Amino acid sequence: MRNRSVPLREVHVWEMPVRVYHWVNALCVTTLCITGYIIGDPPALMKGSEAYFNYWFGTVRFIHFVSAFLFFFNFIFRTYWGFTGNEFSRWYNFIPLKRCQWKEMLDVIKVDVLQVTNKKIDSIGHNSLASFIYFITFLIFLLQCLTGFGMYAAMSNAFLPKLFAWIVPFLGGDMNVRQIHHILMWGFILFAFVHIYLVFYHDYIERRGVTSSMIGGWKFIEEDVIERHDQKTDECPKD
Amino acid sequence: MENQNPSFYEELKGRGVSRRDFLKFCTTMAAFLGLEASGVGQIVKAFETKPRLPVIWFHFQECTCCSESFIRASHPIVADIVLNKISLDYQETLMAASGTAAEDAYKAVMAKYPGEYIVMVEGSIPTENEAYCCIGGRSALQILEEAVKNCKAVVAWGNCASAGCVQAASPNPTGAKPVHKVISGKPVINVQGCPPIADVMAGVVVHLLTFDRIPQLDGLGRPQAFYSRRVHDTCYRRANFDAGLFVESFDDEGAKRGYCLYKMGCKGPVTYNSCGIIKWNDGVSYPIQSGHPCIGCSEEGFWDNGPFYQHLPGVAGFGIETTADKIGVGLGIATAVGIAGHAIVTNIRKRKEIINEPEEGSKVETTKEL
Repeated sequence: MRNRSVPLREVHVWEMPVRVYHWVNALCVTTLCITGYIIGDPPALMKGSEAYFNYWFGTVRFIHFVSAFLFFFNFIFRTYWGFTGNEFSRWYNFIPLKRCQWKEMLDVIKVDVLQVTNKKIDSIGHNSLASFIYFITFLIFLLQCLTGFGMYAAMSNAFLPKLFAWIVPFLGGDMNVRQIHHILMWGFILFAFVHIYLVFYHDYIERRGVTSSMIGGWKFIEEDVIERHDQKTDECPKD
Repeated sequence: MENQNPSFYEELKGRGVSRRDFLKFCTTMAAFLGLEASGVGQIVKAFETKPRLPVIWFHFQECTCCSESFIRASHPIVADIVLNKISLDYQETLMAASGTAAEDAYKAVMAKYPGEYIVMVEGSIPTENEAYCCIGGRSALQILEEAVKNCKAVVAWGNCASAGCVQAASPNPTGAKPVHKVISGKPVINVQGCPPIADVMAGVVVHLLTFDRIPQLDGLGRPQAFYSRRVHDTCYRRANFDAGLFVESFDDEGAKRGYCLYKMGCKGPVTYNSCGIIKWNDGVSYPIQSGHPCIGCSEEGFWDNGPFYQHLPGVAGFGIETTADKIGVGLGIATAVGIAGHAIVTNIRKRKEIINEPEEGSKVETTKEL
C-alpha cells in the first residue's frame, strides 16, 4: 500500500451557491450547445411525413430558449454572488488588476502549461490564469446572451428579450448576429474540452481534491500553502 | 382653367379612374399599412384634398430594378400616381426630357417647393472616387447633397440606397455607400429589398402623403409596417420547419412536398420583409413559394453573407466554403491534440510529483521506482 502523510487542512472553498451555479451552468451550456448545434445544422430525421404530425424541431428550439433563460438568470446570480460570496468567489479574483495576479499567471504558464519548472502554485481557489480565463468566458456569456436574446426579441413581446433588441441594428442585422452567436458556441465547446481536461490534470498533479471540491465544496490544502496564503492576502493589495 | 396644383384624386379622375377603383386602391393601401378601418377615410381624404407630392427621383449606382418593381404594383393606380404624377418632376428612366431640360426640371422643383419635396433615391453613392457615378457632369454625391439640402425627407429605394447592396459588397471597389451614410440632418426611410416589393413602395408613398410624416421605422431605418417580421416567421412553410421537415436537395421528395428550405440556405430566418404576406406580382408568389430559398435581399450585406445555398455563411478570410462549423471542428481537433500532447508531457515531466516525492518524515514504499 502506498501512502504518505502530508500536513493538510480542509478548506471550504466553494460555497453551496457557487456549486449550484456551476452545475446549473454546466447543464445549461451542454443543453444549449447540443440544441444550438442541431438548430444550426438539423439532421434529416424525418422524410415523407406531413408537418401536421411532428413538432420535434420546434421542441428542440423550445428547449434551447428555456435553457437560455435559465442560463441567463444563473449568470446574473453568479455575478451577484461575486460581490457577496467568500473570498474565492469574489469578482476581484477574475479581473487581473493587481501585479501579483499577472505574476501568478506567468508562473502557471511555466509550471502547468509549458512545464519548465516544478514550482508549486499556491492558489487555493482558482489560480490567476484560470480566473482570467473565466473572466473571458463571462464576457462570452454576456455576448451570447446579447446576441441570443437579440434574435429572440423579434418574435417575442416579453419585456426581457425586448431589452436586447438594439443589438440587431447595432451589428447590422440578424445575419451578423446569428453568425457571432454561432461562432461563440464553439468557444463554449472548446472551453469545455480544456476545462474538463485541466480538472483531471490538477487533481492528478496537485492532489488537492479539485474534482470533488465542486461537489462537496472542500479542498485539501497543504498547511504551508495556507500559511503563505494568510500572509499573502495582507501583502497583495499593496502590490 | 386648369387647377395649378391638383390633388391626386383630381388627377386620377382626369385620367378616367372611377370612384370605385379609387376607393379600392385606398382600402388596399390601408390594409397594407396595417391601419384601422378609419384609416381608409384618412387616405381618401388626403388624396382628395392634398396637392400632389413634389418628388425628385434619382438613379445612382443601381440597376433600376426598384423602378421595374414599382410599375408592377398590384394596383395600377399606384404606379399611375407615382410614375405619371409624382415622378413627373424628375425621374431619369421615365421622363421624356433630357439634357438641360431634365436638369432644369429638378432644379425647378427644388426652387418651387423648398422644404416640401421628397427626394427618392435608387442606388448607392460612390465615395472612393466620385467620378464613378456622374450625371450631367456632376457626381452623385454633389447632386444628392444639393437636392437633400431643402427636402422634406429622403426615401432610399432598395438595398443599394439603404445598405449599398452588391456595389458595397467586398471588396467594394467604388467605395459605395448607402444614402443614410452620406447625408445627415434629414429623415431617411430605407425601403429595403432587391428590389423592394412594389406594394411596400406604394405604401410608403401613401403614408407620406396621408399622414404627412415619416412612418415608424425599425433600428435599421425600415418602415415597421412592412419590416417588423421575419420572412421565416410569416412563411407558409413554417410548419415544416417546426416539424423538422427539410428539403435536403432541390430534386428530392421534400422539395416536391414543399418542405422548409432552411438547409438549402434560406435566409428567411434572418430577413425582415413582407414577402410571406404581401407577396409579389399582385400576390401571385414569392421566392420560397416558388421553391427557392430566400437570399435575404432586404438585409444589410446579404451578398457578403453568402453563399446563397448554404445555411451558415462563409467566414471571411477562410475561403468562401468555410463555415464556422468547419473552423470549429478544426479547432476542436487541434485542442484534442494539444490536450493529448499535454497529458503525455505531464506524465513524463511531472513523473516525480505524480509518483510522489518522499517528504521529510514520511515513508513512501515505492521509493525503488524512483
